[in-house]
Amino acid sequence: MIPESGAPLLRVQDLTIGIRRPGGRSVAIVEDVSFDVDPGQRLGIVGESGSGKSLTLRAVAGLLPRGVEVLSGRVEFAGRDLLTMPAKDRRALMGPQIAMIFQEPMTALNPVMRVGDQIAEGPRRHLGMSAKEAGELAVSMMARTGIPDPARRAKAYPHELSGGLRQRIMIAMAVSCGPRLLLCDEPTTALDVTVQLQVLKLLEKLCDDTGASLVFVTHDLAVVNQTCSELAVMYAGHIVEAGRVKDTFRQPRHPYTRGLLESAPDFDRPERELIPIPGFPPNVADRPSGCPFAPRCGYVRDHCTEAVPPLEEVLPGRLAACYESDRLVEVLA
Amino acid sequence: MTTAVVRASRAMRRPVRSRALKPWYRNGTLVAGLVIVGLLVLVALLAPLLTPYDPIAQDLEHALASPSGAHWLGTDKYGRDVLTRLMYGARIDLRVGFLAVLIPFVVGSVLGALAGYFGGWFDTVVMRVVDVFFAFPFYVLVIVLVFVLGAGESSIYLAIATVSWVSYAKILRGELLVAKKQDWVIAARLGGMSHGRILLRHIAPNVLSQALIYAMSDIVMDIMAIVTLGYLGLGIAPPTAEWGSMILDGQEFITTQWQQATIPGLAVVVTSLGLSFLGDGLSDLLTPERRR
Repeated sequence: MIPESGAPLLRVQDLTIGIRRPGGRSVAIVEDVSFDVDPGQRLGIVGESGSGKSLTLRAVAGLLPRGVEVLSGRVEFAGRDLLTMPAKDRRALMGPQIAMIFQEPMTALNPVMRVGDQIAEGPRRHLGMSAKEAGELAVSMMARTGIPDPARRAKAYPHELSGGLRQRIMIAMAVSCGPRLLLCDEPTTALDVTVQLQVLKLLEKLCDDTGASLVFVTHDLAVVNQTCSELAVMYAGHIVEAGRVKDTFRQPRHPYTRGLLESAPDFDRPERELIPIPGFPPNVADRPSGCPFAPRCGYVRDHCTEAVPPLEEVLPGRLAACYESDRLVEVLA
Repeated sequence: MTTAVVRASRAMRRPVRSRALKPWYRNGTLVAGLVIVGLLVLVALLAPLLTPYDPIAQDLEHALASPSGAHWLGTDKYGRDVLTRLMYGARIDLRVGFLAVLIPFVVGSVLGALAGYFGGWFDTVVMRVVDVFFAFPFYVLVIVLVFVLGAGESSIYLAIATVSWVSYAKILRGELLVAKKQDWVIAARLGGMSHGRILLRHIAPNVLSQALIYAMSDIVMDIMAIVTLGYLGLGIAPPTAEWGSMILDGQEFITTQWQQATIPGLAVVVTSLGLSFLGDGLSDLLTPERRR
């Protein structure tokens, strides 16, 4: 179970997710995605709607929607392939080893169960706690997630709590069994900005305290900057750039990453003009040959449309899938 | 100034559950239903204490007596007190009505829930069977089944169970189709919970209220069916007091002794009304967004 030191906790290798059409032809939505997450590491996956970031996360969680399947590749957790292991073993991992936090705290809690019972359910099932122990653990988890007066709120139903409190309950539920990997699918998108920051800080603190790894999917660059150490940028089902968050934000080496940064407002430099990325992401079934970003790219040359550029190391610790990467050398202020 | 501060701090100390929902006893429909059904059940249970007469023993000397101090609703053609038979009839009709709902409720809910949750071939098979039963009118099928099985209480249970489970199956299947896609169900799956646990602990409390509300109107249907069967002579065997057979026996004297057939009919109406109120009230109570 425990990986030899230095091995990644989660290794996603050449993951291709898509729809298998009758007649053998299949359409890939996510193609050849690979990344590692080391113990304690925090990875942010950024991309537009439809870039495949959520599907990638859902494949790790075993939650692909009906009709969508993993066509090839491996998802290894602590050295074991999640995709080939029996469903029962996989279920045993969910909770104590891997936990997920959802986007919508409004709908991800059972409306007719007291929130304390919902938090306590995992520890009772997976850690063999008695109802009383698990109830106490639930209250202490609620206290740890910064919920005031947790003993009384444990008896509340979800509709009696605010969005921020519900998201804290979700987080308390996810970490109640002490997982080593937390998967977050835009956990703060539905929250007010002020509450967002509190929840992000809380997630960070919990991961620091428990040494858990984090995979954080979002479209919000500021959130990644706040929470994560590593970054993977996805576009049209591919990872186009990956590296350390701070370095990548300062000096993006893929035109898409650069476009994302330039189209987002920066409060430190309010006078800077926002530059939108022209056009739309391509349809999954009708991707351009060559680089999928080429039709929208300001750096495009003829060879870009001939073959898909491979994801290569362009700087130490930085990967980019762009033939023209060397032309993006200016450092963003 | 001070009072305002005091008031404000009081407001802050209010319990978490401050968005209080209307308590059940403030729900007029529910209370009306409870009172009517409660009284009927009480009368049925206490029948032997409320009347000095025997519901079955004949007293031909006093046959067809008009309402009087001794016989408030008169007597029937065998000299039996109509009010007494009405009260004893409530025992039969209510008991059969309530019991006849139980089996279809359980069977239909379980089958419908499994069909909706797991889908696949099981869903297809169950729903095609449901379609077959739905193709026939309820009363026609019940009457035919009782006719085939032979009159009597157990045939009534069996016939009603055979026919009416399909409604519960349809309701629960629909509820499950929606519920299983809810984030909180997916979250429970992700928490490593088994299907059985998710169905029983998470989904059942969310969806059973719909079946329960339907059950209230279903009891009305069942009582109507029993009365109809009694009227057709297919119900509970005479001389047991039962509203349907009382209507049947009383109708030949409708011009001279109208109360003999009319009062049991009214009893059916009042019972149905009470159960309908109860069902409406329950649906308000169990649907939080309608409770404000």
